[in-house]
Amino acid sequence: MKIKTFSYSQLDTFIHKLSGLSKLVCFLLLTTSIMLTYDIRYIIGILIFSYIMFIIAKIQFKQIKMMLYYVGAFLLFNFIITYLFEPEYGVKIYGTKHILFTLIGRYTVTQEQLFYQITKFLKYLSVIPLGIIFILTTNPSEFASSLNGIGVPYKICTSLSLTLRYFPDVVNDYNTISLAQQARGIEMSKKAKLIDRIKRIGSILVPLLMTTMDRIEVISNGMDLRGFGKHNKRTWYSRKPLNIRDYLSMLICLLLLLISLYIRFKINHSIYYNPFI
Amino acid sequence: MKPIIEFKNFSFQYFEQSEPTLKNINLTINEGEKVLIAGPSGSGKSTIGNCINGLIPFAYKGEIKGSLIVRGLETKEASLFELSKKVGTVLQDSDGQFIGLNVGEDIAFALENNAIEQKEMKERVEKIAKVVDMYDFLNQNPHELSGGQKQRVSLAGVMVEDADILLFDEPLANLDPKTGKVAIELIDEIAKTGKTVIIIEHRIEDVLHRSVDRLVLVDEGEIIMDDTSDAVLASGILPNYGVREPLYITCARYAGAKLDKDDKLSNIDTFDASKYKDLLHDWYKSNYVRKAKKEEKELLKIENISFSYDGIKPILKNINATIHEGEMVSIVGKNGAGKTTLASVLCGFIKPDEGSITMKGDDLSKYSISERAEYIGIVMQNPNQMISKNMISEEVGLGLKIRNVPEEEIEKKVNEVLKICGLYPFRKWPISALSFGQKKRVTIASILVLNPTILILDEPTAGQDYKHYSEIMEFLKSLNEAGQTIILITHDMHLMLEYTQRAIVITGGEKIADEASYAVLCDLDLTNKANLKETSLFDLANKIGIEDPLSFVECFINYDREVRENEN
Amino acid sequence: MNSKFSTKSIVATGLGAALFWVLFTYVKVPSPVPETNLQVAYGISAFFAAVFGPVAGFLVAFVGHALSDFISYGSPWWSWVVASGISALVAGFCFSKVAPRVEEGICGTSELVSFALWTVIGTALAWLLVAPVLDIVMYSEPVSTVFAQGLMAFVMDAIVSVVLGGILLKAYAATKTGKGTLSKEN
Repeated sequence: MKIKTFSYSQLDTFIHKLSGLSKLVCFLLLTTSIMLTYDIRYIIGILIFSYIMFIIAKIQFKQIKMMLYYVGAFLLFNFIITYLFEPEYGVKIYGTKHILFTLIGRYTVTQEQLFYQITKFLKYLSVIPLGIIFILTTNPSEFASSLNGIGVPYKICTSLSLTLRYFPDVVNDYNTISLAQQARGIEMSKKAKLIDRIKRIGSILVPLLMTTMDRIEVISNGMDLRGFGKHNKRTWYSRKPLNIRDYLSMLICLLLLLISLYIRFKINHSIYYNPFI
Repeated sequence: MKPIIEFKNFSFQYFEQSEPTLKNINLTINEGEKVLIAGPSGSGKSTIGNCINGLIPFAYKGEIKGSLIVRGLETKEASLFELSKKVGTVLQDSDGQFIGLNVGEDIAFALENNAIEQKEMKERVEKIAKVVDMYDFLNQNPHELSGGQKQRVSLAGVMVEDADILLFDEPLANLDPKTGKVAIELIDEIAKTGKTVIIIEHRIEDVLHRSVDRLVLVDEGEIIMDDTSDAVLASGILPNYGVREPLYITCARYAGAKLDKDDKLSNIDTFDASKYKDLLHDWYKSNYVRKAKKEEKELLKIENISFSYDGIKPILKNINATIHEGEMVSIVGKNGAGKTTLASVLCGFIKPDEGSITMKGDDLSKYSISERAEYIGIVMQNPNQMISKNMISEEVGLGLKIRNVPEEEIEKKVNEVLKICGLYPFRKWPISALSFGQKKRVTIASILVLNPTILILDEPTAGQDYKHYSEIMEFLKSLNEAGQTIILITHDMHLMLEYTQRAIVITGGEKIADEASYAVLCDLDLTNKANLKETSLFDLANKIGIEDPLSFVECFINYDREVRENEN
Repeated sequence: MNSKFSTKSIVATGLGAALFWVLFTYVKVPSPVPETNLQVAYGISAFFAAVFGPVAGFLVAFVGHALSDFISYGSPWWSWVVASGISALVAGFCFSKVAPRVEEGICGTSELVSFALWTVIGTALAWLLVAPVLDIVMYSEPVSTVFAQGLMAFVMDAIVSVVLGGILLKAYAATKTGKGTLSKEN
């Protein structure tokens, strides 16, 4: 098993130069704006916007290939489930019914349903690049200070930083332990009963947890000895100071959020954009 | 001289313990001194360290009697934060102490906690990184660094606060011999800048590579001796307390030398061996016998094994080796050389890109991981990585239970194995009540029960003192003498020298040597490439003008084995 | 320490989240329902909640789930991430009853019952209420789909968290000893 982690790479693009804090704020503003709308025009706008950002940030296809597979599978699953459970949800939303054809019984395919599901598909799809851009262009060292910058208590931020720091170590522990236990015969086969399967995974988790508990003890001693938690605030070695670029980016993203709200409340008077009336 | 640390009638008892761990300690350390505190595991030496840096009583609860003053502060009345400004501690586990996501961030950790402005922080970090020679690595993350480099970062991380006292808790525990030597040199350089340095270690010979002002021997929570290292070594009491003497001293004693504290014993380079030259020559002459080579039967054949994770960077390159029936052999090489990968290939955890592994002509690649375990079993370094049950017999029988062996047969086999491993009287005990060494035996038993033809152990003695080391190794030796073939993966030179006839040396994924262990440790070029160190016996032989130093080392090893056998 | 959140809980939270993240991303144990997996990670978050408290539990599951989503999908599915956090948060309500006993090496029926009870309540709250409602509010998902998915998640995660969390609690308690119980062997 290969360790899959953030493949952050140091490049000299506009987006890489932005502080982690402003990128986090932009990410939150834009995802909120998407969350609050079902207007396909706005969603496509954001998709195009993030595609341009991809190019600016010089993100390679191979960096995100795996993510796209997972996302594709997830969206497809969501698409099918939505249709199976609510084949007429679009009709309910848009108030009209233009039947294209009928599959079986209540499973008709309507223009409304198709439009709703395509909008939803694009809506979820458009969030993905925003997260990818944030993750691939931000030095993990900056995550903690960025969160602290938006008001999260520093102790929680440090805990996040430890998560990122020790993730690869835990993956290694997991691999070592799981192989050793497999050699003793523990397998996750489908043959065993459910409860046996859970117990067997227990014989990997128990040693993994104990190893982690030992680690926790050492790390917390090390941190205490270096004065962690001494003051009510702390500074960050890796924080990038904000400059004009950062304020500009945050302003643009704020404007985009406001546009999305304006469309919703002043133009569509609904979360949905209705082309059927 | 001004005292900087003063224990006065000091006792400490951990919350969980029924007896005090430190008993009425009186010890004074002066400003600018370099002191080595030695003793076996459980002697209380680490507890002394934890009292000085303040983890006791702040992180470990218990009862303190008497007084301990560090730089004018009575520790039980001070706070951990006050103390951490005065005492910088480099922990044994450099991975656990490396908190930052990269080198610079980790060095800065204490400064961040002090809310130092970023500009000043960067300046101080850069300055200190230069001192420990890590300036070019400021942006590296911990996974790209070696053990020695991580330790340097830990050191920088405590030095950045400019504490007067530096405390090293077993600095050699996780380092290979050559890196350890460099670490001791660095610590010495720092001590020379006027810092007070305390080293807690039981690897005396390696620490004494650079001189110390004093050696404090601790056992059972009491101070046994507190004198110059020459005086402590000359007294010859170290082995009585489960601490290993430097090998050249043991050798001189075998030859009948009455050592004196004026012999400059602490270092092989300064040791005045000429005095004992005749004794040593006589001893060598009367004890050296060339041992006949045993007849060997081929058991496992490793042929042309190559492996790479990504298809670009090879981890193993065309490895060939043979393991003979009933052999105990070591695979050595520095961390990352590929020895653990080789073990994973042998166990079938990873498939080699090329090459084959056959046991008595049977190609092992056709077996699944769990089937393979009946041919080659592996015991992991840390027993906590294997133990999942609360009871010993349950844990040992787990592999059989999963293989659907009938209950009565499991019980029979488990009892048999427990008897072999000396655990039978404990079979109804919870595992948590066992010592580290006993836990190790439980994990060995849990693999032995599957009856593998070959047993592989990854660093079986890592982090163990001389007593526990001997216990584990003598046990493995008895298994080996009963016919079990054993492969040991290690960078412990004593282990390979004392317990394995043959060593396979791997560096950069290639096998660079496959010969008698003592011969490997007498070859300057080989030891260098594999991050080992020449044995001091070799230096001793050269010093007194022995023509064939290799045979001299061999002579010592055989003699030493006999002495230990007679003891047991 | 000058704050309620000790260094040890912070470290435990960080490493617990790493553990959750690893298990959530890589370890898939097939469940009886075709094409679905048991999420072993919920056993870990329930354990950390019981031993280190509700806040630690919440963060372990929330951060672990969010990071797992980040590297798998590029962006977290917030409603489910929040629900994961809530399930561990509520499981942590047994903290004051369970943690002190476990630290002394005791994990008997009454501790396990309290743990199981709060874990089931938390899981129910998370998957039968929080996740579906957030899905509807945040993502305007259709009502019937979200409740069907929530019900399935509830049943499986409740079993996994209670059984695995219980095994882990017992194993952890076994490594702890009470005051003055250890004496040196000779």
